Formats: sequence, C-alpha cells, structure tokens
Amino acid sequence: MSLSRAKIRKRQRMYAIAAILLAVGGAAALLLTAFEDSVVFFFSPTEIAEKSPIDPDQRLRVGGLVVEGSVTKLDDGQTIAFVVTDMAETVPVSYRGILPDLFREGQGVVAEGHMSSEGTFVASEVLAKHDENYMPPEVAESLKKSGYWEEIEAKNAEQMRN
Amino acid sequence: MHRFAKPSVFLKFTAPILPWLSVLTAILIAVGLYFSLIASPVDYQQSHTVRIMYIHVPAAWMGLFCYVGMAICGAMSLIWKHPLADICARATAPIGAMFTVVCLVTGSLWGEPMWGTWWVWDARLTSMLILLFLYLGYMALVNAFDDPERGSKAGSALALVGAVNVPIVKFSVDWWNTLHQPASIVRMDGPTVDPSMQLPLALMILGFTCYYFVVLILRVRLELNERRIRALHLSGMFDERSNPATAKEQSYDAGHNAEAKQ
Repeated sequence: MSLSRAKIRKRQRMYAIAAILLAVGGAAALLLTAFEDSVVFFFSPTEIAEKSPIDPDQRLRVGGLVVEGSVTKLDDGQTIAFVVTDMAETVPVSYRGILPDLFREGQGVVAEGHMSSEGTFVASEVLAKHDENYMPPEVAESLKKSGYWEEIEAKNAEQMRN
Repeated sequence: MHRFAKPSVFLKFTAPILPWLSVLTAILIAVGLYFSLIASPVDYQQSHTVRIMYIHVPAAWMGLFCYVGMAICGAMSLIWKHPLADICARATAPIGAMFTVVCLVTGSLWGEPMWGTWWVWDARLTSMLILLFLYLGYMALVNAFDDPERGSKAGSALALVGAVNVPIVKFSVDWWNTLHQPASIVRMDGPTVDPSMQLPLALMILGFTCYYFVVLILRVRLELNERRIRALHLSGMFDERSNPATAKEQSYDAGHNAEAKQ
C-alpha cells in the first residue's frame, strides 16, 4: 500500500461518515416502525374492525371512501350520516357540522372522533382526502365513459387499506 | 475534479454562465407562469385551485433538492476539507429554507379549501416541517462558533444526519396513511398528472431549479469576494504605507489556501 497518510485519513473519514449514516438511518427506521400506530394519520375500516371493541373515550381517526348512496341527513336536519369503506370493511359515521367542498360520494374522507358503544363513529371533524390524479373535466368524462374510472376507484380504495 | 474546486476556477467558470442562466430562469418562470395561471385546463374536481400545484410542487422539489445538495457539500467539506464545498453548503441553506417555506405556505393555502384544514400532523406535512427546522438548525449552528472551521464541521454533521429525513419526506405518503395524497409525478407507473398539466409543471420545476443555481452562484461569489477582502485586510494591503503594486499579486487562491491551512 502506497497511500499517503492524508489519503488514508480521508478514506477513514469517508468510512466513518458512511457508518454514521447507516446507523442513524437504521435507528430512524426502527423508531418509525415501533411507533407506527402514532405515525399513521388514520385507521382504515379494516384496522378499526381488528381493534374493536374500541374504548368510547379514545379519540381516533378513520379514513376511507364514502359509499355511493350512503349519505343521508338524519331527522334533526343537522346530523349527516354516511358509511366509510375500504372495500373490505365498513364503518358507519355520523357528523354534525360543515363538510369540506370536496366531500362527495365515492371520494376519500378522514373523520376524527370516537367510536360510540352502538358501533357508529361519531365524528367531530371531517376532512376530504383527494387522490393523486389531476386531469381536465373532459378527460374525466371520457375516462368514465370508457370504464377506466372503476379501476381508479378500486386503486384508491386499496390505498386506504394499506 | 478537485482541481475545479478552487475559488479562482469557480469564478472564472461561472462569470460567463451567470447572465445566460439568469435570462433562462426569467424566461422559464415567465412562460411557466403563463401556462400555469392562464393556458392550462382546470382540474375536474378542484377547478382553479389546482393552479397552486404549479408553485407548491416545484417548491417542494427544490426544498428536497437543496437539502441533498447541502448534505453532499457537507460530506465533501468533512472528507476533503474543500472550503468551496463548505461555502456552497452555507450558501444553499437559506435558499432551500425559503423553498421549504413556500412549499409549506402554499400547501396550507391549498389544504384549507380542498381538505378543509390549514394543517394536520400527518407524516408528509410533519416531515416537511422537520426539513425546515433542519435548515434553520444548520444555519444557526454554522454561525454559532467563533472559529468558522468548527462551525462548518458541526453544521456538516447536522446536514448529513438530517439527510435521513429526505427519503422519509418522499416516501411518507407510501409508508403510512396520510391526509396528503400519494406521489403524482415520480412514481413507478408514471405520472398521474394529465399531459396538459405536465408542461406548466415541468417549466416551473426547471425554472425554480435554474433560479436556485443563479442565486447559489451569486451567493458563493459574494462570499469569495468577502473572504478576499478580509485576506487583503490581514495582509495589510489597505495600509497607507504598503505598496499597492505588490498587493495586487494576491490571488483569490492565496487567501483561500491560507484559510484552508488553519
């Protein structure tokens, strides 16, 4: 080996930095996996079903697609009821308040609230979660006509589940 | 590569590039803004609000791009002790921090009408906020020492450790449930943005990237000139008794090397 002392030191520094980066990356990965339940923003209906019965005092968020035709106004004229699905399990939600503009059937929502003892999720806040597709209205129309739209919706539901 | 990392070479190479790059940046952003705000279609469900994307996405991209650049410069300054790498890292930090602020502010303005909230603590938004704090921490740290050498060592270490956050920002929407939608552009099965909206987005991303390099070159030149003035002061060039003819011989590299030897 004919490496000069300066070159050896540079090499050592490079290895040290690589080792530190690996260690920090590994630590971050372990931490984030361990605290996965607090890192996720909401639970899917499948996860809610796995966790039930859920303590009514526990605040949590549930997210999924609003089932087509499930949105109804209750008799008091203020409470809105709808069903959230991930195409595997469903959770009925009731909510009193203003809905975001993007709230509509077949679209993603995230509701924050608690599970009542009757198994209905009582939401205190409802947020809209839109998907990653951006397109002009004409393109959306033609996709609906060609039947490709269902594929997109199925993909969205799958994303809610993972 | 190392022989290009000299201040005099940097100044010589960037002097002719700078005006062209500035003009290119102005054209890209002007044309990009025209397409973003006027000559592009509305979104099928977000309507005109989708135009926020043309600022938000390039700013987010630059926030991450600048951080990766800063971390690489930090590694180079730690391993090879290049003063120029250190200057580049210091010059990049405030630019990247501003892009991150633009990303967070436009994201908030976009989230309110679409999601129904200004801010949530989901994985994407939180990791982006941490990115801003890493920039601010880096800037505070490099200037916290009397000895600039020690400041850049500590700062480079922070920039490198913080680089772990970059993949977390990028993949947060795939690894965890978030309110933020998954990636629309850099993804396995191609972009999910309609081709008619990709042109303004590409123009703005290119424009923002060129803007970064223009500001970077300006900031590095400023720092090099400041260091040269400081070196000339120390050498006594501005003393009344000294002979200006000999002082002129002082090159940028002489000052640069003197500082590197400390």
